Amino acid sequence: MALHNSAWAIEEDPLLSARDGAEVRVEELLAAERSKDLLRFSTAGSVDDGKSTLIGRLLYDSNNVYDDHVASVTRGSAIDFAQLTDGLRAEREQGITIDVAYRYFSTPKRKFIIADTPGHEQYTRNMATGASTADVAVVLVDARKGILDQTRRHACIAALLGIPAVIAAINKMDLVDFSEEVFEQHRRDLLTLASVLEIPELIAIPVSALAGDNVVHRSTRTPWYSGPSLLELLETIPLAAQRSQGNFRLPVQRVIRPDQDFRGFAGQIASGSVRPGDEIVALPSEVRSRVRSITTWDGDLAEAHAPQSVVLTLDDEADISRGDMIASLSAPPQRTSRLSATVVWMHSSPLRPGTSFLLKHTTQMVRARVVEIRSRIDIERLESLAADRLPLNAIGEILIETHRPLVADLYRENRFTGSFILIDPADNATAGAGMIRAFEGGFRPALSGALVTLGNRSALAHNLEKRLLEQGALVVRTRFSNRDALLPLVLTGATVLHESDNGGAISVIGHGSEVIASDIPDDPDAILGVLDNATHLPSGKHA
Amino acid sequence: MATALIDAPASTSAISPLSHIRQLEAESIHILREVASEFQKPVMLYSIGKDSSVMLRLAQKAFYPAPIPFSLLHIDTGYKFREMLEFRDRYTTELGLKLIVWRNEEALANGANPVALGTRRCCGLLKTQALLDGLRAHGFDAAFGGARRDEEKSRAKERIFSFRDSAGQWDPKSQRPELWNLFNGTIHPGESIRVFPLSNWTELDVWHYIHLEKIPIVPLYFAKERRMLVRGDSLIPVEQEFVRGLPGEEQWVRCRLRSLGCSPCTGAIRSDADTVPKIIAELMAMRNSERANRVIDHDQDGSMELKKREGYF
Repeated sequence: MALHNSAWAIEEDPLLSARDGAEVRVEELLAAERSKDLLRFSTAGSVDDGKSTLIGRLLYDSNNVYDDHVASVTRGSAIDFAQLTDGLRAEREQGITIDVAYRYFSTPKRKFIIADTPGHEQYTRNMATGASTADVAVVLVDARKGILDQTRRHACIAALLGIPAVIAAINKMDLVDFSEEVFEQHRRDLLTLASVLEIPELIAIPVSALAGDNVVHRSTRTPWYSGPSLLELLETIPLAAQRSQGNFRLPVQRVIRPDQDFRGFAGQIASGSVRPGDEIVALPSEVRSRVRSITTWDGDLAEAHAPQSVVLTLDDEADISRGDMIASLSAPPQRTSRLSATVVWMHSSPLRPGTSFLLKHTTQMVRARVVEIRSRIDIERLESLAADRLPLNAIGEILIETHRPLVADLYRENRFTGSFILIDPADNATAGAGMIRAFEGGFRPALSGALVTLGNRSALAHNLEKRLLEQGALVVRTRFSNRDALLPLVLTGATVLHESDNGGAISVIGHGSEVIASDIPDDPDAILGVLDNATHLPSGKHA
Repeated sequence: MATALIDAPASTSAISPLSHIRQLEAESIHILREVASEFQKPVMLYSIGKDSSVMLRLAQKAFYPAPIPFSLLHIDTGYKFREMLEFRDRYTTELGLKLIVWRNEEALANGANPVALGTRRCCGLLKTQALLDGLRAHGFDAAFGGARRDEEKSRAKERIFSFRDSAGQWDPKSQRPELWNLFNGTIHPGESIRVFPLSNWTELDVWHYIHLEKIPIVPLYFAKERRMLVRGDSLIPVEQEFVRGLPGEEQWVRCRLRSLGCSPCTGAIRSDADTVPKIIAELMAMRNSERANRVIDHDQDGSMELKKREGYF
C-alpha cells in the first residue's frame, strides 16, 4: 500500500522525467528515506466510532493508497473509506473489524506502522496486541457520546502496556456542528481520565473522518482550534526515550558455531549498546567476560545498539546457550523465580489459581504456575476488585512462580525484558500476556565466583569455608600451587579459597584475573563483605 | 601478575536511531533465528522473486558466519518463466544451498493449465496442493514465506507466526495474539507454522534493500523488448503453447515484470526501467498496486483470503 509519489512530489521533479537524472535523484530520495524515523501507533475505537473510516481517510489524504485499491471500494462517486482497511470477508459481511491489521505508510517526515485494532469488548486481546509495540495510541471518541466504557478500556490498555502518549481523536464533529463547547467538555473529561491512569501525555483533536476535517489537512470549520491536524501531530510527536539508551541486554537466541574456532552468541539487542572490550555478565550462570567482537555479515562492528541483531564473541570460553541473557556488568537485570505481573487474559477458559503454563520470556521457555490471582481490574470503573478467576479479556494482577529463574527487568523499565506470554500446554494457545510489575524475592542468587588468596592462614580459611558453606555457596579450598589454573573454577561460580606457604596479602580476584580488592584485613567479616559486594548480583527482593 | 581493569565508561552519547530499513532487517533476522532455534525441521519457501531474494539474504546474515541451517523449497507449477528457473539453479548453486523442487506431477500429467481449468482450480492444484504435499512429504514443521502485509488486505491481518492445522489450513478468526517480539511456535505433531519474516516490509522497502545490498534478482524485473500478447491494457508473456493470441495481438513490447508468478497469469507492464534505481523511480510514481497485474487475485472478491484458508501462501 505504500505509495510515495505525491508525498515526495517526484512527478513534478524535472530530473525524474529525464532518465539519466533519475538514478541520481533516486539516490537522494533513498538517502532521505533512510534518514526518516519510524513511529508505530495503534488505533482503537468502538464499532461505530468510525475508526476504519479515519484510517482510510488518513491514508487516502496523505496519498498512500493505490488507484486500484480506491477503485475497488468506490461505489458511484463515493469512496467508502472504511472499506480500504476492512480486509476479511467476514468483516465486510458484518461491517465490522474483527482482527488487528497492520498498515504501512510514509510521509516526507516519517514512516508509520499502524496496528489497527478492533474495538468490540470481546477483542480486548487484539487491542493489547496492537498496543504492545506502539509508541502512540490513537483513541477514537464519538463527539455525540463522549467517554464510553470502550474509551476507558482503550485508554486503560494503552496505560497498562506502557504507551507513552495518547492522542484522542474526537470524531464526528460534523454531527455536533463543530461545537467548541462539546469538544472542550470531552477534552476535560479525557484529561481527568489520563491523570487517573497516569498516562504521561494526552492530546485531543477535533476531527471528522468522513469529511476529512483535521485528519491530514487543517479544517476551516474549527476556527477555534489552533492545534495540529492528526497527521501533523503524528509526524512531529517526539519518540519516547530510545531503546538504545537503556542498560545493555542481549537475550541469546542461538549459539553460532560454524567450526571449532568460532563460538558466537546471536541475538537482537533488547536495549542499550555494546562495544568490543565491554565487561559483560551472562545470566543466569553469572559468568563474566568481555566482548571480543561484534560479528555481522557486513563485517565486525565498533559498536552496536538496540534493536540491532548481532553475534557477540567473548574473551572467555563460556557455557552460554539459548535463553540466557548477556547484560552489562555494571547494571545487570534481576534474577527471580517469583514475580507479580499484570496479565491480559486471552483464552476462552478462565485463568484460575494453581494452573500451570509454559511461559515464554525473551528467548526462553519455562514452566510456570499461577500461584494467586490478587485482583481484577474493572477497566470501565477503573477499580481493583477481588477475584478468584480471570475470564477472557479480563485484566488482573497475578503472582507467578517459574520452575527455572527468569532473568528480567520490570516492564516499566524495559518492555522487552519485562514482558512474557503464557501458553496453554494443552492447546498451545497464547493464553495470556504479562507485564512484570515486581520481583517477589524468595530466590537467593548464588554467589558468583571469586578467588581469595589467603596466604598461610589456615584458621581464617577454615572459618571462611564454614561460613560460605552455610550461605549455600560453592566452595573450593585448596593449596594447589598453580593459582592461574584455578581461574576456570571461578568461572563456574565457585569461591576458591587459595592457601599458600608464603604469607602474602589477602586479596579477592575475579575470573578475568582482575583484582577486586587487595590488602584486606585478616578478618573474616571484612572478606565476606568484599565477596558480598563483588559477587552478588541484585537479588530482586525489592519492587 | 593480576592486573586491575578499568571499567569502560558507559556510553552517554546519544546514538542516532537505526534507520527504518535496518530496523526491518534486524526484526527479520530475529524472526529467522527464532524459527531456526525452536523448530525441528524448518524450510524456506523460495519463489525466486524479489521478496525471496531479500529473505535469502536476511537468512545469510542471520546465521553468519555459519551457513543457513535449513533447505529451500521451490513449488514449481510447471509454468514458471524459463529465466526464473535458470536464475534459481545458478544462484542456489553459487550459494551452496540445498534446494528441493516439488511439482504436482499428477495434475501436470493430466494437462492442468490455467486455460483448461480456470485460474482458481489451476492454482489450487499446482500451487496450494503441491505446497501442502511438499511440506507433508518432507515433514517440515515450519515454512518461511516472503509475503508482506502491504500486498493484499487479508495479508494485512496475518500474523508473523501463522498457525496451520494438520490439513495446512488457516483460520483467520482464531489466530494467536502476537505481542512484543514474543512468538508462540508451539504446535502438536502434524500441525505447522508459516512464518513471514518480511511482514512489515513494503514493496519500496524491498527494492530499497535490493539496491542497498546489491542483491541479485531475476532479469525479468528489468525492462527490455519482449514478445507479448497485447490485449487491452494487459501484456501477457508468450511462453507457453496454450498462450496464443489473435492475429496482430503478438507484438514486441519494451516491458518488465513487476511481480513474478506463472508466465500465463502474470502480466507485464510497459516500462523503460532497466536498473534498480529506475525501478524505484517508477515505483514511486506508480498509481497501482503490484498485484494489480496478477490475474489470479481477481478471480472473485476476497480470493486471496479464500486461497489462504485452503493453504496457499
